[in-house]
Amino acid sequence: MEFVSPEGLRLDGRRPMEMRQIRGEIGAVAKADGSAFFEMGNTKVIAAVYGPREVENRSQQISDQALVRCEYTMANFSTGDRMRKPKGDRRSTEISLVIRQTMEACILTHLMPRSQIDIFVQVLQADGGTRSACINAATLALADAGIPMRDLVTSCSAGYLNSTPLLDLNYVEDSAGGPDVTVGILPKLDKVTLLQMDAKLPMDIFENVMQLAIEGCKAIANYIREVLLENTKQLEYRRGP
Amino acid sequence: MLQSKSFVRKTKQGKVVKVVREHYLRDDIYCGASICKVCDSSTARLSPSASTILILDTNVVLNQIDLLENPAIDDVVVLSVVLEEVKNKNISVYNRLRTLCSNSMRKFFVFSNEYHKDTYVKQMAGESPNDRNDRAIRVATQWYQSHLGAAARVLLITNDRENKRKATEEGISAETVESYVKALGQPGLLDLLVQPAPEDVGMEEVEDLRPSKRKVIYSEHKPMSEITSGLHRGIYHQGKLRVNRYNPFEAYVGSESIGDEIIIYGRGNMNRAFDGDVVAVELLPQDQWQEEKSLSIADEEDEEEEDVHLVPSSADDAPRNTDLAQGSVGGTKAVLCRPSGRVVGIIKRNWHSYCGSLEPMPMPAGNGGIAHALFVSKDRRIPKIRIQTRQLGNLLDKRIIVAVDSWDCLSRYPSGHYVRTIGEIGDRDTESEVVLIENDINSRPFSLQVLACLPPLPWSVSSEDLANPCRLDLRHVCVFSVDPPGCKDIDDALHCTTLPNGNFEVGVHIADVTNFVHPGTPLDDEAAQRGTSVYLVERRIDMLPKPLTEDICSLRSDVERLAFSVIWEMTPQAEIISTKYTKSIIKSCAALSYIEAQARMDDSRLMDPLTMDLRNMNALAKVMRLRRIERGALTLASAEVKFQIDTETHDPLDIGMYQIREANQMVEEFMLAANVSVAEKILKHFPLCSLLRRHPSPTREMLEPLLRTAAAVGLNLDVSSSKALADSLDHAVGDDPYFNKLIRILATRCMTQAVYFCSGDLSPPEFHHYGLAAPLYTHFTSPIRRYADVIVHRLLAASLGLYKLPTIFQDNAQLTSTADNLNYRHRNAQMAGRASVELHTLIYFRKRPTDTEARIVKIRSNGFIVFVPKYGIEGPVYLTPRGEKGGGEWVVDEQQQKVKKMDGSISYSVLQTVMIHMEVVEPQPNRPKLELALICR
Ligand SMILES: [Zn+2]
Repeated sequence: MEFVSPEGLRLDGRRPMEMRQIRGEIGAVAKADGSAFFEMGNTKVIAAVYGPREVENRSQQISDQALVRCEYTMANFSTGDRMRKPKGDRRSTEISLVIRQTMEACILTHLMPRSQIDIFVQVLQADGGTRSACINAATLALADAGIPMRDLVTSCSAGYLNSTPLLDLNYVEDSAGGPDVTVGILPKLDKVTLLQMDAKLPMDIFENVMQLAIEGCKAIANYIREVLLENTKQLEYRRGP
Repeated sequence: MLQSKSFVRKTKQGKVVKVVREHYLRDDIYCGASICKVCDSSTARLSPSASTILILDTNVVLNQIDLLENPAIDDVVVLSVVLEEVKNKNISVYNRLRTLCSNSMRKFFVFSNEYHKDTYVKQMAGESPNDRNDRAIRVATQWYQSHLGAAARVLLITNDRENKRKATEEGISAETVESYVKALGQPGLLDLLVQPAPEDVGMEEVEDLRPSKRKVIYSEHKPMSEITSGLHRGIYHQGKLRVNRYNPFEAYVGSESIGDEIIIYGRGNMNRAFDGDVVAVELLPQDQWQEEKSLSIADEEDEEEEDVHLVPSSADDAPRNTDLAQGSVGGTKAVLCRPSGRVVGIIKRNWHSYCGSLEPMPMPAGNGGIAHALFVSKDRRIPKIRIQTRQLGNLLDKRIIVAVDSWDCLSRYPSGHYVRTIGEIGDRDTESEVVLIENDINSRPFSLQVLACLPPLPWSVSSEDLANPCRLDLRHVCVFSVDPPGCKDIDDALHCTTLPNGNFEVGVHIADVTNFVHPGTPLDDEAAQRGTSVYLVERRIDMLPKPLTEDICSLRSDVERLAFSVIWEMTPQAEIISTKYTKSIIKSCAALSYIEAQARMDDSRLMDPLTMDLRNMNALAKVMRLRRIERGALTLASAEVKFQIDTETHDPLDIGMYQIREANQMVEEFMLAANVSVAEKILKHFPLCSLLRRHPSPTREMLEPLLRTAAAVGLNLDVSSSKALADSLDHAVGDDPYFNKLIRILATRCMTQAVYFCSGDLSPPEFHHYGLAAPLYTHFTSPIRRYADVIVHRLLAASLGLYKLPTIFQDNAQLTSTADNLNYRHRNAQMAGRASVELHTLIYFRKRPTDTEARIVKIRSNGFIVFVPKYGIEGPVYLTPRGEKGGGEWVVDEQQQKVKKMDGSISYSVLQTVMIHMEVVEPQPNRPKLELALICR
């Protein structure tokens, strides 16, 4: 199938190096210590953070650092077919683990020993790139909860179809079965904390695709920084001079 | 700008889901006019002087693609909405349109109107998708007109009455194709137009040319909805229609739903389906299966005439299941009882353009006007096509190309239109061109992009090559090549040295083509597309450009060349002790022809090292060959002929059987061995993505004609295995020395051809090569002229760790389609080669009526088919004049394979020798054919 026309346009009208429209909002769940809503095109996710708080199950408590837990779910209405998926299926467990590891790598857990941080992310609408959107939402929510972090962590995916590297695959492109590289980075430290791909790619092409995903991550980081800055301004304004 | 598109879609499980997709609108899509001041004109395609810019409606593209391909039509804007619609309706037209758009000589510009912020239109409530697309086309036209202003006129070309009316209302200038083309004032262009309506009265004249014919009226095709539900309920079966190449009144539909081939007899049952169409078929009641068959035979004798043709070299070249004489007499009823059916609807058309000529006809009165004519395709599977022309006098003696437009159930023949003229009938260049077009062979010169991939000339082995540790320096070894005389593309060379322990070191050195052809380059893509070089009698169409073929890769004598070598250590009994694969550098010390090599070996006075090597090699080859034959390899005979061509006129001067010498067999033996060794190596490293070659065992049904003939002459052949068959072929010796060869030729034509395949697609028992009796085989030894060998070179290099495997090998589907393309190209190249020999045979006999000996190979009701050993051709000889049936004078004895005169005075039996007269006759002007007639003694 043709995913990039000879005119250089993708099926949804983007060019290969373009990302979908992104939008982030802080404070979607008032009850949580921190929460955020993040949107990449038609992929919409919500994240809520509780903590740091006392560890629920004493046996899990870690004496020198905080316990980070993560739960990823997909709303039943998030895909077109409204299928009831059993909670804790393999895919969700895997994505929960990926998100937990990625977030844990940037939270300064040693500052909060014997405590617990819970991250809940839920996909409201799925259109490809859900794990990236979840990580971006979680970053915003953690920042909103005021949890100390080394750096923001942002994520974006890139793929390779019709011999062209494509940034931020949507569902149609994702289901083409080509390689899909999901990258998470710490933009200021310039470090990669997440790298996933479940296909084969020759090394030189892989490097191009990964570089493209990293550029995407950086763009998202800039945007998230703006959102946070705007939020801080708002807070300052509300608190009054 | 963001738009969201939502639509409702049915999933495979039958659920209805709403799909929401994002749709981004942009402001960086440019108009493509170089005169435009606003847009970025770096990608502009429309000419600066264009006074009129055409915008095409979808129906114009779908119907008039032949017109669009004519250079008279230019400065065209192709809207993305139109492209999308064309792609959904007809992928081949889409591909042709895309080719036009990317052709730098033409001025076709693609405007992505669906993504432009000003030209995107949203479907309105109650508006059909069709109406919405029409509106999108009008909106885009209007945008162009206001965008370009007075600089150019923007004209919408549409044949949709409603669309044209609305356009005019909205102030857009719009015209139909006909009126636009007429206004151009080039009458020749009008022939290219597809005729719009089937209500053309004039057609009756053409049909009336055959007044004796019963009027064939086809049954109406079922509507698509009925077909879909019929397929669902299992009363219809879907499949691709394949017309028998040798009997156009018989076709097959491979149906997955009943797991068998359905046979369609007669044009009535084919119901206007063409070869390659995807059709829906209904099975006929079982009791009708037999009688339908006779219907197709009646049809055949009525209309078609068998030409003299080359002797088939495999079952794929030979008629299948159409032993008419035998079929009607019976005796093999079990074979005949296959499901037969009729076409009820056509799901997907495979119409394209066809090569042929007009049926001879008198010039109509009132010359200069429009004439109706019947076009006869060279491809016999295609029915005659009615066309309208304004240049009849011009076309009658020409080979032309015609495209099909429509076929309604009231007309006996489909209607179409003239596309272009190739040249005069019978002219060698024209006919050669026809052969190329017919077989889909690309004979265009290589493009500049392809040529840019070649290394600079003059090329020589570089110091880096010499320093490369992966390259074995074999320049000191006495390497030589043995090829047909005058061979310029030498892709293999050999060496054979005696080792101190009494063993031999034997090397096969193959041109290192992949050192120059890198994956993914235009050069590689082109070679992959061409698949093989094509050898016609008077010319060669190369797979790779000449500098590679004849110079850089050619292992000529006395020059250093890069090679890929397989080197064995062999005992004097030709047992392989070890095998080494390596890239190498060689310097051939002699490029011998088969004759020269043979002469050296035979001349007992010669004791020079080269001759000694040749003799050692020949001794080894003989042992290997014997062993192979013991294993059950078949030695089949071919009736290959060789022409001697006049260098000035390119006309054939002499014709004769190709002589096979020991030297040929020696080279062949080592090439086979190298191919087998390489197949083992690559399969071991890449069990799932190796390209191999297999030869399926013939089924008993396929061997039936051979067995019947053999039985008639009292010969009992054992066909239970290739070994058994090989043995019984060896024992088939009669009094006459040619008998054994004749039986082998008959056996050859029962086999199918070997095919390439991807090892991941089949299981190891299916890898078997029947003809060579080898469990594994591939092609490694001719990378200059076969792309399969290029792929195998890459696999071998990767298995040695020299290069990494190109990405295509990870994609099984792509590899399979590459193998399919190679099989297709290989087959076409062979067919073209055969057609070229047939053409030259005709030219040769044009001035040389000849009497010669022939052998009867098949008995028919009104004569027999003879094989002419001297010229490698076969054709019909009639005992009764055509048209007249046997009249009871001749009877066929099926058991004995004999045709006897009623009174018993004369009889002819299969394999009998007869004298025939060969002469080129012209029953109709400009339609020469070779005729074989019996000389009565
Ligand atoms: Zn413009």
